Amino acid sequence: MKIHEYQGKQILEKYGVAVPRGRATDKVGEVEAIAKELGTSKVVVKAQIHAGGRGKGGGVKVVDVADVKETADQILGMTLKTHQTGPEGQEVRKILIEEAMDIQKELYIGVLVDRSKSRPAIMASEAGGMEIEEVAAAAPEKIFKVAIDPAVGIQPYQARLLAFKLGIPKEMMRDATSFIMKLYQCFIAEDCSMAEINPLILTGDGRVLALDCKMTIDDNALFRHKDTQEFRDLNEEEPLEIEASKHELNYIKLDGNIGCMVNGAGLAMATMDIIKHTGGEPANFLDVGGGASEEQVENAFKIILADKNVKAVFINILGGILRCDRLATGVVNAAKKVKVDIPIIIRMEGTNMDEGKAILNESGMEFILADGMRDGAEKAVAALK
Amino acid sequence: MSVLVDKNSKIVVQGITGKEGTFHATQCKAYGTQVVAGVTPGKKGQSVEGIPVFNTVEEAVQETDANVSLIFVPPPFAADAILEGADAGIDLIVCITEGIPSVNMIQVYRAIQNSGSRLIGPNCPGIITPGQCKIGIMPGHIHIPGKIGVISRSGTLTYEVVSQLTSLGIGQSTCIGIGGDPIIGTSFIDALSLFNEDLETSTVCMIGEIGGTGEEEAANYIKENFNKPVVGFIAGQTAPPGRRMGHAGAIISGGKGTAEEKMKVMEESGITVCKSPADMGVTIQSVMK
Repeated sequence: MKIHEYQGKQILEKYGVAVPRGRATDKVGEVEAIAKELGTSKVVVKAQIHAGGRGKGGGVKVVDVADVKETADQILGMTLKTHQTGPEGQEVRKILIEEAMDIQKELYIGVLVDRSKSRPAIMASEAGGMEIEEVAAAAPEKIFKVAIDPAVGIQPYQARLLAFKLGIPKEMMRDATSFIMKLYQCFIAEDCSMAEINPLILTGDGRVLALDCKMTIDDNALFRHKDTQEFRDLNEEEPLEIEASKHELNYIKLDGNIGCMVNGAGLAMATMDIIKHTGGEPANFLDVGGGASEEQVENAFKIILADKNVKAVFINILGGILRCDRLATGVVNAAKKVKVDIPIIIRMEGTNMDEGKAILNESGMEFILADGMRDGAEKAVAALK
Repeated sequence: MSVLVDKNSKIVVQGITGKEGTFHATQCKAYGTQVVAGVTPGKKGQSVEGIPVFNTVEEAVQETDANVSLIFVPPPFAADAILEGADAGIDLIVCITEGIPSVNMIQVYRAIQNSGSRLIGPNCPGIITPGQCKIGIMPGHIHIPGKIGVISRSGTLTYEVVSQLTSLGIGQSTCIGIGGDPIIGTSFIDALSLFNEDLETSTVCMIGEIGGTGEEEAANYIKENFNKPVVGFIAGQTAPPGRRMGHAGAIISGGKGTAEEKMKVMEESGITVCKSPADMGVTIQSVMK
């Protein structure tokens, strides 16, 4: 789960990771009071959306306290377009007002899971402010990486190593190593998938702070972080995906016109792939899960059809243990309830396949039966014409 | 021959009294697998379809000589279950559970490096040696014994490939579902090295997906060390970046882990890469020894 910058900074503060003072709000009327409270001559107004590239898109401004209201008014409610939001942009519903910092140096530090080592790793780079992917592509030698042994956790020498690589001045070493160690502790204790501080700044008065914070929480660990669960921002999610998550369906909306209903994530991806290979465009990824009960099939139908781009539905179920007769009954009942008026192509294989096909044939509804994945994809593409 | 498991494997099912545990323990037994014990803390003395239930894995091992464990314990407790299995001296731990937090799996992975146990999964369908034993949730009847080794990050997509193979009359030596999570006990390379040594396996099929670099690392290993033909497929060629496609590990992040990149590296390493999932069976047929 992605969270906003201000939420990430709240979490960092719990672990003693230094962040600029500031407060988030969704009301223009509050910003002058917040700026006054901060007591600095300049403040930063930062749009709170999940996508990166906010500064370039005009969502981050440093202003005099006298102008904070005007700037806040411009940013709140604007549709911010960045390279990560897509052309439709994202509406800004919340802003963070922070004290402006005397920035001497911008660095990068991030904690993530290094999958190839099966360990957490800390990445650091002197190229702060730039996206780490760009640095990795252009100058990989500028990125330093330290893997952490989870049995003992981060050691002071590892934090020192990174701090030296970052060229931290002697008088700030203690703060910098403490910052890195606390950031790692936060990553583990809060079950982060990623905690990225970009930039990490060194200030004129000798401080080390997280100027920005991009944090992602491991969805599988949310059950033990009730407070973090409340950070979920439904405005940042696709409405159909929110609906799907209520029914424990794995659904991701895409731009095509062939809706897909599949059991299993790998087969669901492969189904999208074969539709594309056959000359069609998948409208979604949807994994109905291993059980694929009648209720799940019905919910899946509703969600697929709520996408008005969908002109045909390809159901690809590899039964195995799941019985095809039960699935067929589910599909027929769901299709009756939901009133489907576009072609439905069904490929199903597994236990009681013949009984399943008989149920579909006798339902009085017009299903197009397919034999295998390729046949299904071809029939789905043909049905559009 | 086969890899890791055969008709002599003795299985203990951890979490056997749960709905999934009971159902699949019964299915595995019906396939002919020696399911000798179950474990659910506090339920010692009960039995599930004639399988005796114990309080601890240690006790189950002492009483029944179980050497493989199959885990259906819910996510918050599954990491603990894996470590319990390892501590009891289980040779092979197969964890079906989906949704174990990464932080726990990182610790488990570290801990089992120093044990004698191998972990398969989590978030996987399990392992099957057709005609001998089925240790997992896959439909047994679609498999037939033969010479193709199958390694896969996905469940139903593996069934798709196996089903294509079987309908062509091509059997499988062992099929290993290594799991769809970012941290897994047995990697593609681990599984490949086992198949490399297995005399019965003539050809290997590897089914990858977007996310991580396991396929690229495997491709490099194959280029240097592998002496059998390999056919590969990568799911998620049309997946958008930055989105988790069902599996916790199936995500393109920071431009890394795309299907395109994986397929390119695999092809360069001499793997026959299928672009369409419908061609897996026939492609294997055309390259198999």
